[in-house]
Amino acid sequence: MSWALILGLAGGCYLFKIGGLFAARSRRASPWLDRYLGHLTPAVLAGLIVVQTFDGGGTLTIDAGASGLFVGAAAAWLRAPFALVLVLAAATTAGVRLL
Amino acid sequence: MINFLRLLWAEDYRRDGILLGVAVGVFGVTFGVLAAASHISPLKAIAMSLLVFTGASQFAALGIAGSGGEPLSALGTALLLGARNAAYALSISEVLPERRLPRLIAAQLVIDETAAMAKAQSQLQLSREVFWITGISVFVFWNAGTLIGVFLGEVVGDPLSWGLDAAFPAGFFALLLPQLSDRSMRFAAVLGASIAAITISILPQGLPVLAAGLGAAAAATSARKKK
Repeated sequence: MSWALILGLAGGCYLFKIGGLFAARSRRASPWLDRYLGHLTPAVLAGLIVVQTFDGGGTLTIDAGASGLFVGAAAAWLRAPFALVLVLAAATTAGVRLL
Repeated sequence: MINFLRLLWAEDYRRDGILLGVAVGVFGVTFGVLAAASHISPLKAIAMSLLVFTGASQFAALGIAGSGGEPLSALGTALLLGARNAAYALSISEVLPERRLPRLIAAQLVIDETAAMAKAQSQLQLSREVFWITGISVFVFWNAGTLIGVFLGEVVGDPLSWGLDAAFPAGFFALLLPQLSDRSMRFAAVLGASIAAITISILPQGLPVLAAGLGAAAAATSARKKK
């Protein structure tokens, strides 16, 4: 891992963040764009949940992580406190891995 | 100090932001452990957590370059994984401060956790507050975790075996859930999740999450048609 790679990655990652902010400020006013941006984070997060849980190196994979998500999601559905959701999801996954 | 901590702990959303940071911190230990195991110098591992500050990108770069892969392919994959932060920045830009310097600092804190927490609040004022609480908490704990992993990795072991990797999608689901009572939000989320699931085996790493953003475009379009 060279310093060039680390600094290039740091610069690139920061540019994405700044770029998003810049684009948001200079955009034209449009109702469609407002709706799109309002829905963007939920859509991306939903995709992230799927990828974090089911991406087994480029293939759709169901493993211990899926059981953790299922239990955590059920707890959230039942209005469990946030901390409990995190702990239940992690504990379930760890438990299934031990089996 | 005690009063300040008590104040932070008093409200659900503040507590949740701090807790999310703690969970990320434990994940940071994993990053430090892996970095040490891949013979990355402690200084480089810490610089990555401070400057890159995007967990998925750091893990990918470590996985590819740390095992002797092509540096450019490590950079490409890691950047694709960091690209979703641009979508978050676009989406929550009004939550960030207007003045230039605070805005440039806040930009570094735009990541999965801060976007999810900010978006989960019903009022802009709360989003602003929770953005900073979550961002600072994640930043502090992620870097502290990296330090611990790098230097004490052999003592503490790899926390990944605790199943922590599943805590994040579950936590994001919990933050997403209240927004799903809105019909078009639900449409955007279900579509985004489906697009990601379908494209995992087709697109390179990082792109399925970006493609999920198309769910928002479809939701925005169909919401107009109904009116």
